[in-house]
Amino acid sequence: MSEHIVPVRVYITIFAVLLIGTALTVVAAFVDFPWRFNTIVALTIATIKATFVVLYFMHVRYSTRLIWVIFAAALFWMAILFALTFSDYQTRKWDRDRTSGFVILY
Amino acid sequence: MQAIESFEVPAPPKVNYINAQYGLKSWLLTKDHKRIALLYLGSITFFFFIGGIYALMIRLELLTPQGDFLQSTTYNKVFTQHGIIMIFFFLIPSIPATLGNFLIPMMIGAKDLAFPRINLLSWYIYLLGGVITIYALLAGGVDTGWTFYTPYSTTFSNSYVVAAGLGIFINGFSSILTGLNFIVTIHTMRAPGMTWFRMPLFLWSHYATSLIMILGTPVIAITVLLLAFERVAKVGIFNPAMGGDPILFQHLFWFYSHPAVYIMILPSMGVISELIANFSRKNIFGYSFVAFSSLAIAVFGFLVWGHHLFVTSQSVYAGMIFSFLSFAVAIPSAIKVFNWTATLYKSSISYDTPMLYALGFIGLFTVGGMTGLFLASLAVDVHLSDTYFVVAHFHYIMVGGALMGYLGGLHYWWPKITGRMYPEGWGRFSALVIFVGFNLTFLPQFVAGYLGMPRRYHAYPPEFQVFNVLSTAGASILGFGMLIPAIYFVWSMRYGRHAESNPWHLPGLEWRTQSPPPTENFEVTPVVTWDAYEFAPREETEIVGKFGPELEGI
Amino acid sequence: MEQQREAGTLGMWIFLVTEIMFFGGMFLAYALYRTQYPAAFASGSNHLDIYLGAVNTGVLILSSFTMAMAVYFTQVGNRRPQIFCLVLTLLLGLTFLGIKAVEYHQKYEDHLIPGHLIPGNPFDPEVQEEGRPLDHHKLHLLTGATVAQVEMFYWIYFAMTGMHALHMIIGAGLLTFLLIYSLKGRFDPEYHSPVEVIGLYWHFVDIVWIFLFPLLYLLGRHYH
Repeated sequence: MSEHIVPVRVYITIFAVLLIGTALTVVAAFVDFPWRFNTIVALTIATIKATFVVLYFMHVRYSTRLIWVIFAAALFWMAILFALTFSDYQTRKWDRDRTSGFVILY
Repeated sequence: MQAIESFEVPAPPKVNYINAQYGLKSWLLTKDHKRIALLYLGSITFFFFIGGIYALMIRLELLTPQGDFLQSTTYNKVFTQHGIIMIFFFLIPSIPATLGNFLIPMMIGAKDLAFPRINLLSWYIYLLGGVITIYALLAGGVDTGWTFYTPYSTTFSNSYVVAAGLGIFINGFSSILTGLNFIVTIHTMRAPGMTWFRMPLFLWSHYATSLIMILGTPVIAITVLLLAFERVAKVGIFNPAMGGDPILFQHLFWFYSHPAVYIMILPSMGVISELIANFSRKNIFGYSFVAFSSLAIAVFGFLVWGHHLFVTSQSVYAGMIFSFLSFAVAIPSAIKVFNWTATLYKSSISYDTPMLYALGFIGLFTVGGMTGLFLASLAVDVHLSDTYFVVAHFHYIMVGGALMGYLGGLHYWWPKITGRMYPEGWGRFSALVIFVGFNLTFLPQFVAGYLGMPRRYHAYPPEFQVFNVLSTAGASILGFGMLIPAIYFVWSMRYGRHAESNPWHLPGLEWRTQSPPPTENFEVTPVVTWDAYEFAPREETEIVGKFGPELEGI
Repeated sequence: MEQQREAGTLGMWIFLVTEIMFFGGMFLAYALYRTQYPAAFASGSNHLDIYLGAVNTGVLILSSFTMAMAVYFTQVGNRRPQIFCLVLTLLLGLTFLGIKAVEYHQKYEDHLIPGHLIPGNPFDPEVQEEGRPLDHHKLHLLTGATVAQVEMFYWIYFAMTGMHALHMIIGAGLLTFLLIYSLKGRFDPEYHSPVEVIGLYWHFVDIVWIFLFPLLYLLGRHYH
């Protein structure tokens, strides 16, 4: 496997994209979206930015499949942590007699 | 058929990894994975001894229903420290850091691990974590239980929680670096011809273990840090009085600590696969099933941690999910047990010491695993949680399972590691004593727990005394049984019979070089053309390079 | 050499996996407490300096770019630009840390350091009263938020940005090491694995901040 050298213009393009993304996320933060869309928009922009860093700055786009699998595995494991823990907290209110599993501060 | 020769073998080869260089510095600054394995062996045995002393104190206290030997606060510290030392400083590193470090490069035909200096660093980090933890023990101890549940550990405990936590945190890095090393080594350094499915199952187990180490240990790292942060800064991360949730701590803690038990058992299962196949002179039944079930255990093990939270305020719906998944995680383990048993069927079993440990493992692990299913059932767990049933369950797995595998592996590879044989008669005797002592210690605890005896109590109602007396008697026998190998292993290093390259006549790659091996393991890089457990009847196995002794075969 | 390079890259990626899980635990705590105390989290977030946060984000992204360029120049063998880019990356990293220090100092002055982390200076912010002239040093509480809940936000803020800053400091140390070896001419197109591998680490630290910035600084801006 020979080493792939990423051309400079790719780096410059990604850099510009990242800056634009940052500006976008700041602007979007002040707009009042309905429901939880503010969070969704912010996380989507952040994920896209992170994806570009991973693919191009970290060369994953040009790497072996093993590296892809490793990176995907990390994301999957974080997903496990989040999903199963939230399965607890989000379903606590389902019990008839309980209002919440949390102590609410006064 | 006897596996051991009865005639004399000439003196060991002149140059091996032990005598290649002399002096303390050559050992303390070594990059040789075999020497590092021995460094670990020494330190791990030391910590086992300390943990064992705590166990002795527990069993002495529990001889009588009253709390007369220790005060309750002291007893809290004793069982906490027994847990911390045994789990973090003995069980988790035991097989991977000693047998894994020694054998992984040899089994794949490499000269060393991928990152030899990181290997040495991981030992020093282990020592640093150990020193800090010992400081915590000597300065006054920890009394929170090895589980460090909040808010007691963060707000109310007056013991050395932060110091102990720091020791565990640092020790975690040792684990991570070892796992990282193993994964990279197995991916990139296999000898030509050593495909994934020609690897011994010992390697598959260690690969799966390393996956767990990489993915789980960081979570306990951050958990311990947050614990320390809360304790030092007096914030309310897990403190309900300040808006935090103590169950969050338990979620984060058990996200690692449950897969941690698979870190403890998977390497042992790898050893057992080697022992069963090799001592019954038969190819392991269902090789790929055993290999994939190792990976399955590693993955599924991360999905079940909530079964430690069944009796907390965790939602019962999440509890149902975790209960179902806990049943599912038993399946790959069961697949392994079935495959081992099928391997034994119609095979040529030789009852050497390692095989005795392996057979003991299969029985004891099965008991431990099945009692885990009791605990995985939500309703039954309400009754059994925090009783001695749980204590017995995990000791069956960890001592009856992991420790038996460790001892069996030590005996099996002892000739390779030291170039000496241990005394076989004493080996078999101590294996039996350990088996009897172990069962006498922990079987009564199942009954006591079912009848309601709570764990972590230094005094108990008198109706439980008979079980505790049996248990303490068993513990004495177990302790005695474990002293014997300690003595004869040390004895054998000076007076044991010299072992040749392949004292058991087995096809594994590690047996195709001299005992003890030279520093670079093999004189020439082997080219592998055989499967992991190909047995030819009494044939001479080819020695790689010219290190083979003149005398070989029957 | 090729196998060693592959091993080094693989090793660093596995280490980054551990870092992802490490920060993941804190992200989980953040997510949980945010769903529990949304108003308090928005109040706490609004009190953070969005300008400094945005500038810091820009600084880090630029440093990621210069780091990638440093790797590029090493790959093609241009030593001068390679060293120049490493120096830039290091300077930008230190700038980030400097701005962070300024932010932390502001929090200290507003009595927003959680708990009793600083002995003698407990968490005790002044609350902006309704109808009074706006004072940026005072905490503006949204409906439903209490000061105690805002303290939850602030320990998460300090824990996460503090841990991130610690990783940046380590990164700065690694970059210094790279610089020294580069000046000695140790890296060339044939062997430059440490540059690549430390580059991976640096990009990872950047990615963590890419998520921290919107989650900590921007979550409540639309509540006005």
